[in-house]
Amino acid sequence: MKNSKLFWLLSLVLVLSAFLAACGGGGDSSSETSTEKETETEEGTTESGASGEPDAEQVLNLMESAEIPSMDSAIAEDSVAFNILNNVNEGLYRLNQENIAEPAIAEGEPTISEDGLTYTFKLRDAKWDNGEPVTAQDFVFSWQRAIDPATGSPYGPYMMAGTLKNADKIAAGDMDKAELGVKAVDEKTLEVTLERPTPYFLSLMSFGTFYPQNEKFVTEKGDAYASNSENLLSNGPFKLANWDGTGLTWSLEKNPEYWDAETVKLDTINVDVVKEPATAVNLYNSGEKDRAGLSGEFALQYADNEEVVKELEPTIFYLKFNQERNGEKTPLANVNIRKAIAMAFNKQDLVDVVLANGSLPANYLVPTEFTFDENNKDFREVNGNEMLAFNAEEAKKLWAQGLEEEGLTEVSLELLGGDTETAKAMDEYMKAQLEENLEGLTVKLKAVPFGVRLELDEKQDYEIQTSGWGPDYQDPMTFIDLFVTGSSHNHMGYSNEEFDKLIEQAKGELAQDAAGRWNAMAEAEKIMLEEDAAIAPIYQRGLMSLQKPYVHDIASHPFGGDYSYKWAYISGKE
Amino acid sequence: MARYIGKRLIYMLITLALIATFTFFLMKILPGSPIASADKLSPEQRAVVEARYGLDKPLPVQYFDYMLGLAQGDLGISINQFKGANVTDVIISRMGPSAQIGFQGMVLGTVIGVLLGMIAALRQNTWIDYSSTLVAIVGISIPSFVFASLLQYYFALQLEWFPVALWKDGFMSSVLPSIALAMFPLATAARFIRTEMIEVLGSDYITLARAKGASGSEIAFKHAFRNALIPLITVLGPMAVGILTGSLVVEQIFAIPGIGEQFVKSIMVSDFSVIMGTTIFFSVFLIVVILIVDILYGIIDPRIRLSGGKS
Repeated sequence: MKNSKLFWLLSLVLVLSAFLAACGGGGDSSSETSTEKETETEEGTTESGASGEPDAEQVLNLMESAEIPSMDSAIAEDSVAFNILNNVNEGLYRLNQENIAEPAIAEGEPTISEDGLTYTFKLRDAKWDNGEPVTAQDFVFSWQRAIDPATGSPYGPYMMAGTLKNADKIAAGDMDKAELGVKAVDEKTLEVTLERPTPYFLSLMSFGTFYPQNEKFVTEKGDAYASNSENLLSNGPFKLANWDGTGLTWSLEKNPEYWDAETVKLDTINVDVVKEPATAVNLYNSGEKDRAGLSGEFALQYADNEEVVKELEPTIFYLKFNQERNGEKTPLANVNIRKAIAMAFNKQDLVDVVLANGSLPANYLVPTEFTFDENNKDFREVNGNEMLAFNAEEAKKLWAQGLEEEGLTEVSLELLGGDTETAKAMDEYMKAQLEENLEGLTVKLKAVPFGVRLELDEKQDYEIQTSGWGPDYQDPMTFIDLFVTGSSHNHMGYSNEEFDKLIEQAKGELAQDAAGRWNAMAEAEKIMLEEDAAIAPIYQRGLMSLQKPYVHDIASHPFGGDYSYKWAYISGKE
Repeated sequence: MARYIGKRLIYMLITLALIATFTFFLMKILPGSPIASADKLSPEQRAVVEARYGLDKPLPVQYFDYMLGLAQGDLGISINQFKGANVTDVIISRMGPSAQIGFQGMVLGTVIGVLLGMIAALRQNTWIDYSSTLVAIVGISIPSFVFASLLQYYFALQLEWFPVALWKDGFMSSVLPSIALAMFPLATAARFIRTEMIEVLGSDYITLARAKGASGSEIAFKHAFRNALIPLITVLGPMAVGILTGSLVVEQIFAIPGIGEQFVKSIMVSDFSVIMGTTIFFSVFLIVVILIVDILYGIIDPRIRLSGGKS
């Protein structure tokens, strides 16, 4: 008996020590190995690596967190596909390293008609990688295909409706796709007609849905089109290779037929899908991969690592206040209650302690470092970052006032949120903050998967919801018009005539008046946030990644494809 | 025997149809849309996309269509993971790696488990026995994702004996995932064989064999081992289930292009036809394993009759 007790104790100690060793040693020992390797490699090379000259071997090793669902630009709707499309194909315009849209397949700026409705593009001599020229007809074919209801494209109607002439009617099946506002005047001239003047139209032309497709090739391949790397054509900096359509691996090879091939330095980008964040970090530390995203606990663990690169994404997270649930008014219909909640949580602590991934506290809807006026002034500078900022004292006052107006002493509210680790941690923090600062408030948390949240949102079946939005084009409008009366994102019973009118003006009569339009949108943002507290912004998301010091000039973009590898190169690896 | 198997096959088909039906309706009850950009589309636009995948039809019609297709071996098309790809092709392309690590894990686990169990039984209440029990307990109680992470960290990242992850270095890529999967069958086999061997070793006929002067190894292998195997066969089914469920996480941790990791994803994103296809594939696998186990009973122990009383 005595023996066996000893044995149990021993085994317990053994098991525990194995765990502790694994957990505790994690960060330190792995960074040790990576520095060891670096020193080794440094010894073996001459000075050439450090001087910024590209290495002889130009191979970049990357990871994705999901498979490619489709490489058909009309069908794509996810970040993985849009990212690869951005690197293997090219539209009329392309976002440059400073995120300004530049002519790409278009040769120089288009001529724009007086009324701002007709754009005439001249195309440069670009080729598909099978040697055929990229023609105006390729754009016409691709755009018509994307709006055709028979294709079932999610982004086609979403991006084109209200912008390209007749897109709405074609998408609804009321008109033939040939009526779409796009025409090939000749092989190298494309004429685009808009529904209404659209100031951000050129940046839209860098989005995947507006890429050209070679009609002959697409028709020939039929259902097999874009189903693997053999059934694809490229007109961009890279070609997709070794992708079997369902696998976890593919590569991007430099496209020698690309019109600007001499700018492209990388020969090969090897990509593997790694869904487990810990595995991604291990692959990075083992030297197999050159870049790894850091989420949750890893962001904290590696925060001070010198190989960390930070990016600020133009994605905003906010609380939606539902003013009417199941036909009945909620306490959130009271503006003072909404304002109180909006001001009752400390956003700085949230981003520093809970998220710890380089996010910024946001008292705004339109992200910072996202859109700029003609003088390159950030839209954010107009309204600043102080709209209903955290102020516990003020929140308490408003809360008391709101409760009194509603004749309530206690309020219980449901907070609907996502079920990821980050989302849960954040919602728990929100609950703690709100209950601490607002007396008589009970917050009930409800964590559900993304799809479920969308469904509940659509039925307007929630009280408070944490929600997020990333842009689809480079203009404040992609955020602001979400909340006009009747918008499919408004499912929260918010309606303000003045706000709606400003948006309508910005889209209509002010469309050609850049400054007036800008001010109208800023005014609208102010009304919606500061006067109405229709939503309560929380933070603008940051992204932390580990990136090897020899990787240079990967450009990151605020919308469309997340990254461009066109300018990237390896220097100092050997 | 043939009649018995024929009967079993019919039961299997019924079981499968029931599983398919339950899964179909459970899956449809799950909230969430398979359309990734659902939050951006207007209801009319969404209807257009849904029509492309037949999701606009009434549920009974969808069910009938699906079962009809299934009867003809058609598993449908993936809605969002691999837009437009045939689910059968998806499963076939993902089957190889899963089968390889599953098989290696099962064989490795069972062989080592049986050896451990035997040694433990023959050296009962010694340190050998205790350590083998320890291994068994650790194997059962450490979840495979923890074990897989530990293996990856020590043997790949620290010692660099094996690749960290990815399916690129042939057999070497399969070693750590196989070991991670082997732990559950290893522990199960070790426990069962030990218990059974101890019981058998204490029985009269072993005493008789000993009295007749049979050597230790002869007794262990010729007399005791075969009888101890029967309960092991009983747990082959649960062991196969363990391998399957283990593969869901192990494949993800080692970034292996297998069915398990992709099954999890398909549920997360409501890719209906892939959920159905994979569930059916797993069910067929399990039902077949159970059938094989039942047939093996009869071969190893003739006292267990398969085909009713009369013959």
